[in-house]
Amino acid sequence: MTDALDEVFRREAGRCTAALIRVFGDIDLAEDAVAEAFAIATEKWPESGMPPNPGGWITTTARNRAIDRLRRESTSGERILAAHRLHIDTMEPNHDPEADTLNKLDDLVDVVADDQLRLMFLCAHPAIAADAQVALILRLLGGLKTGEIAMAFVIPEATLAQRIVRAKRKLHDNHAPYHIPRAAELPDRLQSVLASIYLIYTEGHTAAFGRTLTRTDLSSEAIRLGRTLAALMPDEPEALGLLALMLLSDSRRLSRVAVDGSLVRLADQDRTQWDRKLISEGQDLVRTCLRRNQPGSFQIQAAIAAVHADAPTAESTDWSQVVVLYNQLFEIRPNAVVALNRAVAVAELHGPIEGLAALAEIDPSSLDNYQPYHAALADILTRAGRHDEARASYDRVIELTTNTVEGDFLIRRRAAT
Amino acid sequence: MPQYMISVWHDDTYELDFSTPEAQRSVALVGAFNEELQEAGAWVFAAGLHPASSATVVRSSGGDVSMIDGPYAETKEQMGGFWMIEAVDLDAALAWAGKAAAACESPVELRPAQG
Repeated sequence: MTDALDEVFRREAGRCTAALIRVFGDIDLAEDAVAEAFAIATEKWPESGMPPNPGGWITTTARNRAIDRLRRESTSGERILAAHRLHIDTMEPNHDPEADTLNKLDDLVDVVADDQLRLMFLCAHPAIAADAQVALILRLLGGLKTGEIAMAFVIPEATLAQRIVRAKRKLHDNHAPYHIPRAAELPDRLQSVLASIYLIYTEGHTAAFGRTLTRTDLSSEAIRLGRTLAALMPDEPEALGLLALMLLSDSRRLSRVAVDGSLVRLADQDRTQWDRKLISEGQDLVRTCLRRNQPGSFQIQAAIAAVHADAPTAESTDWSQVVVLYNQLFEIRPNAVVALNRAVAVAELHGPIEGLAALAEIDPSSLDNYQPYHAALADILTRAGRHDEARASYDRVIELTTNTVEGDFLIRRRAAT
Repeated sequence: MPQYMISVWHDDTYELDFSTPEAQRSVALVGAFNEELQEAGAWVFAAGLHPASSATVVRSSGGDVSMIDGPYAETKEQMGGFWMIEAVDLDAALAWAGKAAAACESPVELRPAQG
């Protein structure tokens, strides 16, 4: 039963919270009520068995709990609705909060798909700092506890809790709307949602600190959120692109880490370990995006991952295709990190001399603290036979590497140079 | 409806000389933004301020009032003016803030009023 309950919790907590925020306009009230409903379920379900519609049961129970609490804390319906903390009356043009009564809330309580989307846009509001966006998403949509999120990001729980409280207060004090942004704002706002989910994924993919290279929970959670977003916004190619990118990256999860826990580079990975199911799902999504012909940065990155997934061996990688895609990406995102990845692909296609020439086009000061830049430089310098410079670059990479597994790998590479 | 303050921040070195073409252009931009706010019913009030060097800090302690010449915060950037606006929610207020930043060609800070 505990496993079944956990499963329901992972699946339903975010949906229920999202629906209750719409009904009550109050993030904390919704969160507390959903937590209480799960606590009741934990007591009751082992005896009574799981109800046929567990999500509906949780939502209704949470709704009742929230109403009970509001009744205790205030006497009139108007006061209850004045407790609307987020600005939700803009959501529907004819919504009049004064005319609502508690009974009418019954009609509103069903979980609608849009609730989760509203909550995503709320959590990833660009007025909130990126680290707080991520924390809010994991807490409210992922149903993760503050302690779990803090552990995943290796920060003190109190720091994370304060970050969440401050973000929620800012949204409340600013009357942040609980709606799906209007068409004019949508591209920018969607970008913020996508970036947050991808940040969760990459944090899980390569843990910034610590001894374990992948933090599967965060990656899985990001993919789950990506699936939800893609299902809710099937006409947004970038939402599909993000999901495709995460699936294709994740297909290599098992082969990224050797038995001893050390890092395995893409070129050295055992490709028979790649998850074909994830690859084919990712590639289907990439093809769907291509048909839409509205390229965006996540779609292009997914297409690059798809090219790698296509190659049965590292040597058979279609590097010319990769370079073309990085050129496209650079047109949309002309930044040093994209230029770096392009240079790495150029080195593969045309050799280390051309690769170094492409690297030389990047202003080194913009990437001085960026570990992958020095890693790429060290690798290409080695291949160009410039060993002294390569060793100096390795020293800088090792200095910048905080993941111990990756650090060990680099120390071995330097010794071999 | 919620009210927000949009404050304008810049280096506090500006001259109040409205005769230059540059200043005239700036006045026209801000004037057009003010009109847009008023037509939309979002306008509450607004003021452009004299430089921070014209400020006086006043304190009251146990019935004694003291004053010191100069602005409260000794920072290079100072508030040069502000609008109080009414907006239905944060996103609407942010849209006005974006137009304000364009009109005064300077960063602005959006902050909700209590109540």
